[in-house]
Amino acid sequence: MSLPLLMFLAFIAATLGITYWAAGRSSGASAYFAAGRRITGWQNGLAISGDYMSAASFLGIAGLIAFYGYDGFMYSVGFLVAYLTVLFVVAEPLRNVGKYTMADVLAFRLRARPVRAWASLSTLAVSTFYMIAQMVGAGALVSLLLADSGIGFTGAVTGVGVLMIVYVVFGGMLATTWVQIVKAVLLMSGTFLLSILVLARFGFDLGAFFDAASGVTYQVEGRTVTENFLEPGLYYRPPYGALDLISLGMALIFGTAGLPHILIRFYTVPDAKTARVSVFWAMLLIGVFYMMTTFLGFGAATLVGRNAIADNGGINMSAPLLAQALAGDVFFAFISAVAFATILAVVAGLTISASTSFAHDFYTNVLHHGRERSPGEEVRVARWTALVVGAVSIAIAIILGPGANVAFLVGLAFAVAASANLPVIVFSLYWSKFTTRGAVWGLAAGLLSSIGLILVSPGFSSLELFPLSNPGIVSIPLGFLAAYVGSITSREPSAEAKFIELNVRANTGLGAEKALDH
Amino acid sequence: MIVQKTRFVVAATIFFVVFYFALPILVGYRPEWMSRPAWGVVNWAYLFAFSQFLMSWTLAYLYMRVAARFDRMSEDVLAATADSTGD
Repeated sequence: MSLPLLMFLAFIAATLGITYWAAGRSSGASAYFAAGRRITGWQNGLAISGDYMSAASFLGIAGLIAFYGYDGFMYSVGFLVAYLTVLFVVAEPLRNVGKYTMADVLAFRLRARPVRAWASLSTLAVSTFYMIAQMVGAGALVSLLLADSGIGFTGAVTGVGVLMIVYVVFGGMLATTWVQIVKAVLLMSGTFLLSILVLARFGFDLGAFFDAASGVTYQVEGRTVTENFLEPGLYYRPPYGALDLISLGMALIFGTAGLPHILIRFYTVPDAKTARVSVFWAMLLIGVFYMMTTFLGFGAATLVGRNAIADNGGINMSAPLLAQALAGDVFFAFISAVAFATILAVVAGLTISASTSFAHDFYTNVLHHGRERSPGEEVRVARWTALVVGAVSIAIAIILGPGANVAFLVGLAFAVAASANLPVIVFSLYWSKFTTRGAVWGLAAGLLSSIGLILVSPGFSSLELFPLSNPGIVSIPLGFLAAYVGSITSREPSAEAKFIELNVRANTGLGAEKALDH
Repeated sequence: MIVQKTRFVVAATIFFVVFYFALPILVGYRPEWMSRPAWGVVNWAYLFAFSQFLMSWTLAYLYMRVAARFDRMSEDVLAATADSTGD
């Protein structure tokens, strides 16, 4: 067994140990799904950051910047600005109106069964896309660590994927808020250390650093090229590059407010004010983190080089390889462990939101009219759902292979969330004439159009029916339009009457679920 | 009260959406403006991208201040309702 691998395993063991210790200290409250609604603002802010900064942020964006410069940084910008949508539009009303899932908010006004069915389908779809990206990242990471053993990407994805899902399903559910917090702290400090080391290489001279980034040399098909990585356009090239960039931007800033595993975080705090404070904390942390992706990405581009990364594990391994180049195997093992903990934590969050939604919304409420047929049935269904979502993600991750960038894959999850979930959330909170038909049409149109466009986009098929790699610019307006048309072609006086109640509750918190006393 | 809060949220939302999409639109359609150096070799595109971070934090901070004021008003309203219904 190689030295980096041994140290990697030691770091993972330590991380899990810290998590169990932290979770044990807060026994009771965090044992419950919504953690007793007693999580404080900054704790929840850390947990939101933990849920949000996935393999895409750490491995994916660093890789995109290392390979394509400026265009990769556009992901960083979008991922942060997105939180303004969350803060202004959804965080507080959602906390005041909902209980456990996004569908609770919709079911408040509308007829529950059709709305819950579609909402849980779209939650499953978003979670699966998100999960695929995490699996690709985990597989690339572990196959790099096991490079000498001959286990390839396929074996690594399968092994790690199965282990993670088993861990989450049978052991980790209790402690997920603490997994997120511990991981967020580790990730922030690891990224900070990396950035400092990169800057140290340039004598802490920002001018010298950006000078190096403005002339990055690498080989393409045997030719040596030098590109200015500060200039846009290396990834999103003409003729459709500009549109693709706008389409990506739409998906990013409107998608976050529709991500089930982020929305679920607002139900763990005592009131709307804490929900707001937690978004503010999350924005500070996430913003600082994404600024540092500049140093990670350009550091990897200039100090490791695009060709060396491509030969040693591929685009997603830029940050770990940068660590190895800067400070040797120990640091490489540490950063790999941080990346692994990051992925594990996000898989935990995704698994929980997907399986809760399916078990609670679809199985119990849609198929069995809100009754559990036997005690514990909902939990069993949730576990099976987690296994199925995990298996599907592993299979698709293997098909896509290690070359697929994880930030790009997560961008697609954002597009699905923005197209299917955001329109119905916004209309349901702010539009009195919104109806059940509108919600079903909006969810269905957003979900089917975004997934359909992804499947015929250049990244996924050779058909090239749709020229953009990001579907948002078409599917988001479609989602809104379908929800609007569905609503104006039907009347639902009960939904309209309920809107007044919802409006009061969303704005004042009157009647909202309160914190539990223990 | 709700009208005032909505006014702030709508204005701030319009502002950030316009400010945000200005970036990919300018970068995509006016690359010759954006690639001009602004500070050393750092070009306008990069500075504009960084400014998005500052914009987000500033708007979030302003909203926190405004919202804290609405919290107090909303508590007053709830208290008044409770009094009048004898609840």
